[in-house]
Amino acid sequence: MSWFTNFLTSSIGKKLLMSLTGLFLILFLKIHLLGNLQLLKDDGGEAFNTYAYFMTHNPLIMVISYGNYFFILLHMLLGLTLWSKNRAAKGQAYAVGNHRDTTWASRNMALLGILILAFIFLHMGDFWWKMKTGQTAVVMYGETEVKDLYTKVAESFKVLWIVVAYLIGLLALAIHLYHGFASAFQTLGLNHSKYTPVIRFIGTAYSILVPLGYAIMPIVFYFFR
Amino acid sequence: MSDMKLTVKVWRQKNNATPGKFETYQVMANEHMSFLEMMDVLNEQLVHEKHQPVAFEHDCREGICGACSMVINGQAHGPLQATTTCQLHMRHFKDGDTITVEPFRAKAFPVIKDLVVDRSALDRVIQSGGFISVNTGQAVDGNSIPIEKDAAVKAFDAATCIGCGACVAACPNGSAMLFTSAKISHLGLLPQGKIEHKNRTLKMVAQMDKEGFGFCSNIGACSAECPKEISLENIARMNRSFIGASLTTGKPE
Ligand code: HEM
Ligand code: SF4
Ligand code: FES
Repeated sequence: MSWFTNFLTSSIGKKLLMSLTGLFLILFLKIHLLGNLQLLKDDGGEAFNTYAYFMTHNPLIMVISYGNYFFILLHMLLGLTLWSKNRAAKGQAYAVGNHRDTTWASRNMALLGILILAFIFLHMGDFWWKMKTGQTAVVMYGETEVKDLYTKVAESFKVLWIVVAYLIGLLALAIHLYHGFASAFQTLGLNHSKYTPVIRFIGTAYSILVPLGYAIMPIVFYFFR
Repeated sequence: MSDMKLTVKVWRQKNNATPGKFETYQVMANEHMSFLEMMDVLNEQLVHEKHQPVAFEHDCREGICGACSMVINGQAHGPLQATTTCQLHMRHFKDGDTITVEPFRAKAFPVIKDLVVDRSALDRVIQSGGFISVNTGQAVDGNSIPIEKDAAVKAFDAATCIGCGACVAACPNGSAMLFTSAKISHLGLLPQGKIEHKNRTLKMVAQMDKEGFGFCSNIGACSAECPKEISLENIARMNRSFIGASLTTGKPE
């Protein structure tokens, strides 16, 4: 093996990949949220549909989004691999459990990840897959024919179980990131009494505000549109 | 002196090839005993009854050797913070309590007998690089090598690790990162240890991986259970040293 594969397959190398893919996803989630908040504009979906059209046709964005799919897959596969290796490295569990000074989130990252994964499947299956396979109606804005994703979203968010599933997925994401955000910096080797409290604060704020931002959409559509 | 009647559930296992199980014993102890003295009382009782005594490790009985490995009511070295089992006194329990005692659990720490586990994996991590290659001789003069205060303090904090393995026992992933990072920090922060720091880091991490310890999820159970309160900052230091060393050392031949 070359030094590079040695590095990436070591314990710290694998964790480094977890951390970097996780941080990329954190960045992605924020941008995705800012775009999607256009759903809240009450203009019959023009702003959102135009934005979605741009996002699916701009070559640069398309490269980034395929990178994003790859990073989700890598993060997920590595996360589940680490989880199963960690179970094996522990062997027998204690008869009496006792968790001093540790968070539930930190001990259940894989469970939370699987919930997020289920959510991603639902989300991509309902919106992305249907859009890509031509199951979405189209509207005309001037000369261009644009897929009417807005109406699709509005329909889905009228279905109670989908709204509930979204809220559960977002709660899992919030808890995953409550630990994951700060953890990613620790994995990179960034821990110092001067700046770690700042990272923790930003991480906590992010893990509450971003999932909350996403949660607004299904709630608004279900109750108010 | 107030006596206490305890129910002690102890893990009994003949050897690594035989499956173990809990046995329950009644023990009369008193609040001034250390936990190990309570175990001694139990063993005397067992010997009188012509049973095998419970095998457990102990040596210094003052919190410096790290031998007294056992998990008491789910916590490595018991409920007190920053102490080993030998420093735990029975006054922290109540008359009538049931106490469950298990061996340290981790794949890399196979049970030898009862509460005794084989922690030599940690020794092999040390052997792989936890030293400095200089000729020993007379101790050098105190101030002949200047050391920055901050580095000296951090190195000393890391050096207080007694290699007890409670971090591995407490970690849900059976990871030895706290131990390894304490050793890497202790040597790497000091001028004498800096020279070999990069290669030491690479070698010790490689050995740690080879022993089958788990991956750190930054849960922090290790530091919470560590009798010497070794900080997670050491793991971060090891991570950045490892990443840096992997990217900057010469290619291996
Ligand atoms: C878009 C959603 C996701 C984001 C933003 C995200 C983010 C993160 C971050 C930042 C970490 C911390 C990395 C570290 O400690 O260095 C992490 C850890 C983890 N993630 Fe995710 N994650 C996401 C989805 C998933 C999914 C779908 C799975 C699995 C099915 C998953 C499984 C894990 C696991 C198991 C860990 C713990 C790894 C460990 O510390 O041992 N994550 N995630
Ligand atoms: S880091 Fe703490 S718990 Fe781990 S071996 Fe050293 S002293 Fe024991
Ligand atoms: S017997 Fe030495 S630390 Fe407990």
